[in-house]
Amino acid sequence: MSNMLELHNLKKYFATQKAVDDVSFNIAKGSIFGLLGPNGAGKTTLIRMITGIFYPDAGDIIFDGQKFSPSNDTVKIGYMPEERGLYKKMKIGEQALYLAQLKGLSRSDAMAKIKFWFKRLEMESWWNKKVEDLSKGMQQKLQFVITVLHEPKLIILDEPFSGLDPVNANLIKDEIYGLAQRGSTIIFSTHRMEQVEEICDHIVLVNLGKKILDGTVHDVRQQFKENKFSIKLREVPANISNPSFVVDEIKANALTVRINTGFSSNDVLRYFLDQHITIEAFNEILPSLNEIFISLVEGTKAKTRAFQPVENQ
Amino acid sequence: MNKIPLVIQREYLSRVKNKRFILTTILTPLLIVGFIAGATFLSIQGKGSHKIAVVDGNGFFKDNLKGSKDIAFEFPQGVDTTNYVAKGYSDILLIPKFNGNEKTHYILRSKKSIGMTTQDKIEEKINAAIEDKSLQDQGISRARLDSIHKGSQFAELKAEQQDGDSVKESNQGLAYGIGFASGMLIYITMFIYGAMVMRGVMEEKTNRIAEVIVSSVKPFQLMMGKIVGIGAVGLTQFFMWILLIFALTTAAQAFVPHDVMEQVKTLQQHGGAMPGGGMMQASESAQKIYDVKHTFATANWPLIIGCFIFYFIGGYLFYAALFAAVGSMVNEDPQDAQSLMLPITMPIIFSFIIMTNAVQDPNTPIAVWASIIPFSSPMVMMARIAYGVPDTVTYVQLITSMLSLVAGFLFTTWLSGKIYRTGILMYGKKATWKTMLKWAFAKS
Repeated sequence: MSNMLELHNLKKYFATQKAVDDVSFNIAKGSIFGLLGPNGAGKTTLIRMITGIFYPDAGDIIFDGQKFSPSNDTVKIGYMPEERGLYKKMKIGEQALYLAQLKGLSRSDAMAKIKFWFKRLEMESWWNKKVEDLSKGMQQKLQFVITVLHEPKLIILDEPFSGLDPVNANLIKDEIYGLAQRGSTIIFSTHRMEQVEEICDHIVLVNLGKKILDGTVHDVRQQFKENKFSIKLREVPANISNPSFVVDEIKANALTVRINTGFSSNDVLRYFLDQHITIEAFNEILPSLNEIFISLVEGTKAKTRAFQPVENQ
Repeated sequence: MNKIPLVIQREYLSRVKNKRFILTTILTPLLIVGFIAGATFLSIQGKGSHKIAVVDGNGFFKDNLKGSKDIAFEFPQGVDTTNYVAKGYSDILLIPKFNGNEKTHYILRSKKSIGMTTQDKIEEKINAAIEDKSLQDQGISRARLDSIHKGSQFAELKAEQQDGDSVKESNQGLAYGIGFASGMLIYITMFIYGAMVMRGVMEEKTNRIAEVIVSSVKPFQLMMGKIVGIGAVGLTQFFMWILLIFALTTAAQAFVPHDVMEQVKTLQQHGGAMPGGGMMQASESAQKIYDVKHTFATANWPLIIGCFIFYFIGGYLFYAALFAAVGSMVNEDPQDAQSLMLPITMPIIFSFIIMTNAVQDPNTPIAVWASIIPFSSPMVMMARIAYGVPDTVTYVQLITSMLSLVAGFLFTTWLSGKIYRTGILMYGKKATWKTMLKWAFAKS
């Protein structure tokens, strides 16, 4: 599978901070990619370089196999920024038409696509309303439609579910899956780790302008696993002691154990089997992305970042 | 692909289709006409006639103090400051006895305040009376004095301007009027449409739509589209006003009786005099209409309108770009806009002041220079152009002024484009002119 987007050693320095400091990663075509990081990590700057709003100070962006050229390629990108932006006083239909035409669609094309999407997401009655008449969730839906209207090859969604009720969130989620299946590549930026776990194939975590994690969701969780297992027993023996593992927690008849280095899960099972205790369940506990995120970011200077001057520049 | 036309179209249509635009476009000329009519009406009404009781300690004013249409002097007996109102006088004039050639203070007392013009007129009348008295004292009879006064009424100054061999009518009053009106119009529109550009940019920034749009359109295209679109709105409004004013004056002419219009036509054909050696006298109203039309015909309208459009567009482009830059600097707080706008509004106001002077005296060095420097040229040059090209404004001055205005707005657009590009995506930071200039000259 070829890459939709490749970033090679991207750098963007501002006067007071290194917003993006030598970041490289690849995004495969048709994948749903999670771009994660704490506030102020440089995600927005990174996205703005990908969308052609900023020029990188150094490094290359390869878009669909060729060097990224903002003037040609931005029409192939749909970007939904975290801060939603629409003209409040403009009628919704006209607004969608305008923004679609700015993305290079002809008027009739744009019209047909808007009709299609409005019908699909049950927004037909909104045409002559103004944005200021819509609720926050409705605006969100509209913004999503506007982002994907021109069938971009690359869709960048910054916190797409904030403000949406579960029903509408699911609706949008299904659309995101659908778009990916139809060949669009999606960059998904959020702080909601459970959504990332659910949706994304591949993630990158940036902090302080640098990439600190890169891999598939499965690999990352494997990488950070602490060899923790949960065991459910019919009855818990009074005294558990074995060199192969340590008991972290006992809750009713469920145990959480951590296997010591040099041993495997079979050693744990063998210990209980040897004692003729019935094992009802045995599961590996992988760390959640949330835990990984917190463990990696906590303790860094993420919060005070904005005040660090850049010496060379 | 060039997307500026799309942006222009949106900026233009979203404003022109607005109900408020339609209302202001129609109501403004009506308001102006109404205001002028109202002011004229009030000034006629406000000139209440004065019936003045004169208490004269010398006794010679009775024959010499002459009243006019709205000032009447009477010399009743037994009227003093306590009872003049009761006796039906609006004012009382107390003239003390003269002693020698000292300046004497006259006292005019009234219930209502008198007003500058009336006071001047009364003073003039008294001085004329004293002059007459002195002449009579030198032995000139009353009858001769009257005939002298009559003879002196005939002089009427007709200013002409020599241009090579030909002589043409010079009309300072009209030039003043045109100069002031067009300078004023440019001043007002610069503020109205400049502020409109600024508010549009602020809207895009605070609504965060800038980020969505900037991912498909270059910031510079977005800014230019907005500036041009709003400029087109301004021009549309102007043309609508001109059409409306034209329609109103045509409609007003319909109220003039047919025979009067016929006389006006005859006057136009014969250069201002009625044919037939005074046998046929033009009516007073026909003469007035002819005078107005004749006066207006002395101005070089194609040049003035052409220059007006040029300086309107040039001045607008020059300042609108700066207003856009300011708009892109403002965060949520509209108060920021006020303080950031000051460096732009100051030169506009300053040019306005120069313009008001240039329209009185178009050839002072400051007026000439201000009409060439692009900061002030749109207003000041319009004030000078009304006095004639190439008599007052030489071709060299006009062309230099136009070229420097073009260069000026290219420069401000370039500068603002750089500020705008950074400012429109910058949130939370309090902007100052210092940071603005840093962005302007930063490498891209």
